[in-house]
Amino acid sequence: MKFKQLSLPLFICLASSTPLAAQSVTTDNWYMSPGIIGTFILITIVLFIAVITLTARLNDYVGKLKKRKQARQRLAFAEELIGLEAGEIDAILQKRKAALQYHLEGNELGSDLDAEDSHGLIDKVTSEPENPFFDEKKKTPISLETPWELKKIIIYYLGAAVCWLLVGTLVGQYAGMKFVWPDMEHTSWLSFGRLRPVHTNTVFWGWASMAMIGLAYFVIARTSNTTIHSYKKAWIAWGLFNLSVLLGNICLMAGINNGGGEYREFIWPVMLLFAAGLFITFRNFYLTVAHRKISEIYISNWFILASLTWTIILVLIAYLPFYQNGLGETIIQGYYMHQGVGMWFMTFSLGLVYYYLPFSLNKPIYSYSLGVLAFWTQMLFYTLIGTHHFVFSPLPWWLQTVAIVFSAGMFIPVVTGTTNFLMTMKGSWNHISKSYVLPFFLVGVIFYFVGSTQGSLQAFRFTNFVWHFTDFNVAHSHMTMYGIITFILWGCIYHILPKLTDKEPPQILVGAHFWMAFIGLFAYMVSLMAGGTLKGLSWIDGHPFIESVILMKPFWVWRAIGGSLMFVSHIIFALNFYYMVKKEAPAELPVSNHLKKIVA
Amino acid sequence: MFNFHKDHRTLINTALAGFLLLSLGIAVLPAYQMQDVEPLPSQPLLTEQQLKGLSIYISEGCVACHTQQVRSIEMDKMWGGRPSMPSDYYFSKQRMDIWRQSPSLLGSERTGPDLTNIGKRQPAEQWHLLHLYNPRTVVSESVMPAYPWLFETKDASEISDNDVTVPVGKEFFNDASQQIVATEDALALIAYLQSLKQAELPGGTTPAFIASAKKAPANATAEQALDLPDGASLYTQTCAACHQTTGKGLPGAFPPLSGSSIVNDANYELLVKIILQGYDARSEFGQMPAFASQLTNEQIAAIANHERNSWGNSAAKISAEDVKKIREMVTPAND
Repeated sequence: MKFKQLSLPLFICLASSTPLAAQSVTTDNWYMSPGIIGTFILITIVLFIAVITLTARLNDYVGKLKKRKQARQRLAFAEELIGLEAGEIDAILQKRKAALQYHLEGNELGSDLDAEDSHGLIDKVTSEPENPFFDEKKKTPISLETPWELKKIIIYYLGAAVCWLLVGTLVGQYAGMKFVWPDMEHTSWLSFGRLRPVHTNTVFWGWASMAMIGLAYFVIARTSNTTIHSYKKAWIAWGLFNLSVLLGNICLMAGINNGGGEYREFIWPVMLLFAAGLFITFRNFYLTVAHRKISEIYISNWFILASLTWTIILVLIAYLPFYQNGLGETIIQGYYMHQGVGMWFMTFSLGLVYYYLPFSLNKPIYSYSLGVLAFWTQMLFYTLIGTHHFVFSPLPWWLQTVAIVFSAGMFIPVVTGTTNFLMTMKGSWNHISKSYVLPFFLVGVIFYFVGSTQGSLQAFRFTNFVWHFTDFNVAHSHMTMYGIITFILWGCIYHILPKLTDKEPPQILVGAHFWMAFIGLFAYMVSLMAGGTLKGLSWIDGHPFIESVILMKPFWVWRAIGGSLMFVSHIIFALNFYYMVKKEAPAELPVSNHLKKIVA
Repeated sequence: MFNFHKDHRTLINTALAGFLLLSLGIAVLPAYQMQDVEPLPSQPLLTEQQLKGLSIYISEGCVACHTQQVRSIEMDKMWGGRPSMPSDYYFSKQRMDIWRQSPSLLGSERTGPDLTNIGKRQPAEQWHLLHLYNPRTVVSESVMPAYPWLFETKDASEISDNDVTVPVGKEFFNDASQQIVATEDALALIAYLQSLKQAELPGGTTPAFIASAKKAPANATAEQALDLPDGASLYTQTCAACHQTTGKGLPGAFPPLSGSSIVNDANYELLVKIILQGYDARSEFGQMPAFASQLTNEQIAAIANHERNSWGNSAAKISAEDVKKIREMVTPAND
């Protein structure tokens, strides 16, 4: 009866909590009417009883089968005993007696000999194997042979990304503090309206984009079994990306802004630099894949190449002026801001996961076909959902409806991807607790499911009613850009860098990075979700607007606390990055004259 | 023929063509069609100063916190008389210059109020000047940034007649020899904000909002006994920005209501007239806008009753019927 008892208060909760609870008979709240609820409960009871009965029946049947089998075994055993001869029985009993009387001498594991590791198997000796505070993780084994030009490119892309992560999140943290202390300072260059786009653009184009491309250089070369088409072009693109983010941020802080559309704040000459970088990168990747030494194109390369193609088109559509006056701009804005996330960051990162996740687990991806399905559905569904940022706005109703329908359709690629990744991890759960890389992937994959599904639900008209325009949106974007993208990128970086440079970061610092980022994100998300919901309900109830500002204040404090934790974790990450890439001066070894002679 | 696994050219071309086709259908074509609108007949062209204000509105990133769209749902009724429509943006959403595109005015976040109708809700220039210099001078709970760089400080002796001075309170600017003067930019931005008014639809038709059922009031107060809306809440919404929640007003800008002889007068006629028609009789204070077109008789009665019985004030309550009589008295019959 447990389910019935649970379901009844649940329905009542739902019915009373919704501010749309109808007074008159309307069709929009059909699922809330007592008749429907009652029918649901009745069907649930029937279903419940059916399940109980069926389970009992099955249980009986299985029990009967088992009993029959046991009886048969007992009979066979008795027959075997009877068939034995007296001598045989004695031998068995004596063997058993000796076994029961055996006990250890106490010196089975040691000896008086000195310890010697003649095969080079021991990596580390510790006097406290059971450290109560820090779980020792596995070392990264074997370094990979990679051309030094490629190594250098990857390290520089990641290095630039780490710098932009620090800058971008410092700015974000500062902007978040302005909600708590709006009169901290009054410098025009540091005012909230100007810093907000600096934060978003820096972490988008600076951190995530540079990190993704750096990591992809390895994937493209490795899975094509060849060298990168042109190292020089990789450097040119590197310069263009950095220049674009740098100039863009200076412009924004000086008040030069393309029009205020989110992620479209860089003016076109600045964004053109970025687009040129994208195009050069695309050509470089494409030509590398075209000259691959194996016949199949690995699924990661599908995602990475397509993501670059789509983003180039996206930027062009977003910046061409011919259809952008009036609400035309708004349609493009909805399309662009969602595709920027969906076609660029999400698609590209998925490509990286398809390579780095199986790699770090040392096993193939669970299903290649699911990856292909996820690829095409990603293109079909994601492209059509931009207008869900403008539900109930003056944009055409059909456009809003298409966006909502396909937002629901996003369940397909999301469930496909999540299943694929979790099934790849299945059977290797103990690897996760032993690795400092895999927890990042696990968080990324879980958030991929939770964040994307939550986003789809948020597009529905009722949830839009409550959450739209509130701080809930900010929570959602951090759950996805941070929980999914950033965690995945960290997983990839911690996995590949030690293999390239032969240097591992201190495990305790990786642990500190992981937990601070994770707890910080949670504090950030939960406070803004709770506050955002209360804000929306306050608006629906028609309270004066200023009340919704006042009620948000404690939540903004918690957001700032979560943000601080996240920022501190990034400093630790930067430190870890430094540990992984720093050049050690070759140690001055005393060289014997004998050796010098040999070398000479 | 379509071997995506082995033929990189087919793979990339298909992905490209698919995405391009979908994008044209879902974004470019609808956007192109959306440009085909005309302004409403009653909609005024933006002046050069207002356009300059719009440009400052964009560079300061105001759109990060302020929306300009009244959605078609009932909760947005507080921001405008009707849902926004494409024509509303005819003059404001045009490409700004060669470097900058059409401004993204609709916005995605409402950390501050929607501004669709701010010109009607808050027409007083003096309020905007104070509010821009530092929002906390007029709304103490506000978290909006201050914009002191849109103002300059001048020696009191150098003030000319053309300078627009801002009566900032001592708490925020304490230097008797200096005065705060608005720059051209501040005046342009305010001119733009004042221009933000929902244009009337021809023929007086009003498209409906999608209704949501209201919750039954939890506990009846004295005002509900008179069958009036909640005066305190309406006061916070409509009046507190100038007269403050304390009823004390702001010295040098907005008069106090607490202890005011007009508010406490047994004859409520002048009080109701001021709310209906506005007031500009006292030069030491800013001008009060008229609220006849924004508030119903019930709402005005509720607000008046709140004012007459708060902050130590004490006067008899009035009813919606009383307000209606005065409204008929001050409104010409043909209107």
